[in-house]
Amino acid sequence: MTAPNDETPTPDLLYSEAEEDLRAAVRSLLADRSDAPTVLARVESDTPYDPQLWKVLAADIGAAGLLVPEELGGQGAGHREAAVVLEELGRGVTPAPYLTSAVVATETLLALSVREGPAIALLGELAAGRRVAVLAAPFAAGRPGGAQPVAVVADTLEGTVTGVADAAAADVLLVPATDGLYAVEPGAEGVAVEPLVPLDLTRPLATVTLRGAAGTRLADGASAVGAVRRGLLAGAGLLASEQFGLAEWCLTETVRYTRERHQFNRPVGSFQALKHRMAQLWLEVVSARAAARNAADALASGSPDAPLAVAVAQAYCSGVAVRAAEECVQLHGGIGMTWEHPAHLYLKRAKADSVAYGTAGQHRTTIAELVELPAP
Amino acid sequence: MTAPDAAGLHRRTQDLLAAHPPATTGRTEFLKARFDAGLAWVHYPAGLGGLDAPRSLQPVVDAELAAAGAPDNDPRRIGIGLGMAAPTVLGFGTDEQKQRFLRPLWVGEEVWCQLFSEPGAGSDLAALGTRAVRDGEDWVVDGQKVWTSSAHLARWAILIARTDPDLPKHRGISYFICDMTDPGVEVRPLRQITGEAEFNEVFLTGVRIPDSRRLGPVGEGWKVAQTTLMNERVSIGGARVPREGGMIGPVARTWRERPELRTHDLHQRLLTLWVEAEVARLTGTRLRQQLVAGQPGPEGSGMKLAFARLNQEISGLEVELLGEEGMLYSDWTMRRPELVDFTGRDAGYRYLRSKGNSIEGGTSEVLLNIVAERVLGLPAEPRNDKDVPWKDLAR
Repeated sequence: MTAPNDETPTPDLLYSEAEEDLRAAVRSLLADRSDAPTVLARVESDTPYDPQLWKVLAADIGAAGLLVPEELGGQGAGHREAAVVLEELGRGVTPAPYLTSAVVATETLLALSVREGPAIALLGELAAGRRVAVLAAPFAAGRPGGAQPVAVVADTLEGTVTGVADAAAADVLLVPATDGLYAVEPGAEGVAVEPLVPLDLTRPLATVTLRGAAGTRLADGASAVGAVRRGLLAGAGLLASEQFGLAEWCLTETVRYTRERHQFNRPVGSFQALKHRMAQLWLEVVSARAAARNAADALASGSPDAPLAVAVAQAYCSGVAVRAAEECVQLHGGIGMTWEHPAHLYLKRAKADSVAYGTAGQHRTTIAELVELPAP
Repeated sequence: MTAPDAAGLHRRTQDLLAAHPPATTGRTEFLKARFDAGLAWVHYPAGLGGLDAPRSLQPVVDAELAAAGAPDNDPRRIGIGLGMAAPTVLGFGTDEQKQRFLRPLWVGEEVWCQLFSEPGAGSDLAALGTRAVRDGEDWVVDGQKVWTSSAHLARWAILIARTDPDLPKHRGISYFICDMTDPGVEVRPLRQITGEAEFNEVFLTGVRIPDSRRLGPVGEGWKVAQTTLMNERVSIGGARVPREGGMIGPVARTWRERPELRTHDLHQRLLTLWVEAEVARLTGTRLRQQLVAGQPGPEGSGMKLAFARLNQEISGLEVELLGEEGMLYSDWTMRRPELVDFTGRDAGYRYLRSKGNSIEGGTSEVLLNIVAERVLGLPAEPRNDKDVPWKDLAR
């Protein structure tokens, strides 16, 4: 990319009516099946994911197939619509493998540019919500393309991938290996998925160990590298919408609470010191929405501006989500420190999200390259 | 007559151009003809420079006239008249006032200024102390105003003054149109932090204003002023800004062109500000798209806050980046510029002038209160000034 000029594209940063309808459907589902007490109860159980919730979200509402063309069994929508789903999942800090399966794994398979074979069959299964696939790359995989491939020894896979998000919920692992991309069944011989104790209870992490594991090869080396990069780019870009949704919930809830909570014979929300903090946060939240919509729109239109739009959104939205969650805890006072109030779930999700798919600093480094503001 | 649509405006614009070819028509003559054709501000009433058309159609006219090389009325020079005086006169003026003032205002023959702020009434504008005392058919005005842009060029001023000190502060104010050429009006340049005098102080001593130049009822001046102030805050983020279009542009260019100035610390800060400037640009874009779609959002209240902070941080960084050069200043000579020009000046000027961005047109602290109360619905702080007569308030 050359230095910026007047030819920057004009994105569509609003929501369409269809997107608002989709949002309403997802929000209503989450209100019914995944309110805060339900989420809290689930995260300490052995099954953090509610299969019924996933079935309705992925299959009945059709959210899992938004990125997938209709002829491949999907909804033929795009990243803008998937971003709206993620806004709602962020608002509800919902445990569901949407970002990892319906966005990253799906986008990776789509980017293989094949029209038939096992990758296409799998894509159809993902789009229909019948299976969940997860890319076997660290959730913290710095910059897009930064994932280390596992080794291929005598036609079997050998290696360890740490910190894989949602691996525990996966029916299929997409494993980037030195000579291509493989589909691996988590229950197969030589495959171990060991749960870790995650900071973010609503998105489990696991270590995937492959010892002579067999897999189905979906693509060769060069094709796999490009596809994984695109999967991670879409993941980073749409994560910004999850971060925006999360931040918006934190602000709304904090405003609601400080209007009701009285101290010193006044609602605490009437104190200027607190009002200014919430007003400042509001400004950051509406800015985060613009940045996140810009990334979703750039991904949807296949704009050459997409890598920059994604890096800008990530460099900005990560910090806003963390700040919103931190302010939410602080302005709730002691209640914000309790286990029963959901604020901690938001803080944990926001902080983990700020590392996921690259930290803000790593995305700024990408920006420095893209807009030619080189380091000394 | 029904309001014209885009096609109707296109036709009227072409008729105007045909009747008054810009190449052979004088600037003022053309602008008067444009006003009389209702193409000045199309959303204004017919006969007052408009056609009762939707405001969103104005760009249709502007673009066609610009393409034809027609003169424009230089809204930067007459910004206060256009942005603040005009909507207030339209909203509260008598028919005579509208007929007398709007045409020369729009054409730019008469420049306006705004006599609102006082040394003792800034953010708490309703506390103002300039007095207007009734004397026959006139009001006699005494007091001091401050931060008055263009006062030295202005023919007219919108003025708020206290007409009843025994009432609580918001209720004892009236709104006037003041003739700046009248005896008793003295304009003194107010030299600022930049060394320049972009603003003025205005001293009013026994100035006689006929009652026919009062705008709105006696004692209702605060309500009238709300219209003025609302229009002041609306005039943000109008134009589409390209990437690096604001203050980040010059500092990014310096970074690219002068590698010897780069440090790691400055690099990190530059990238953070670059991201924030780009996100502010996108937020402004989204706001405009909402307006066009007929879903105006409250983001406008926040944009001024964002740009004030960004301008200050970016220009501060720029001075540091320039190092030794940043310790120099172009010129401290006292001058009275007609326009504020940020990007045409050096980093030191930008750094100093941008300090005003968080004060002028509503301080950042007041705007944060507005966002908190009107956007987020947070409760107001308890007040002890609303029911006390103005004369009994602490000053």
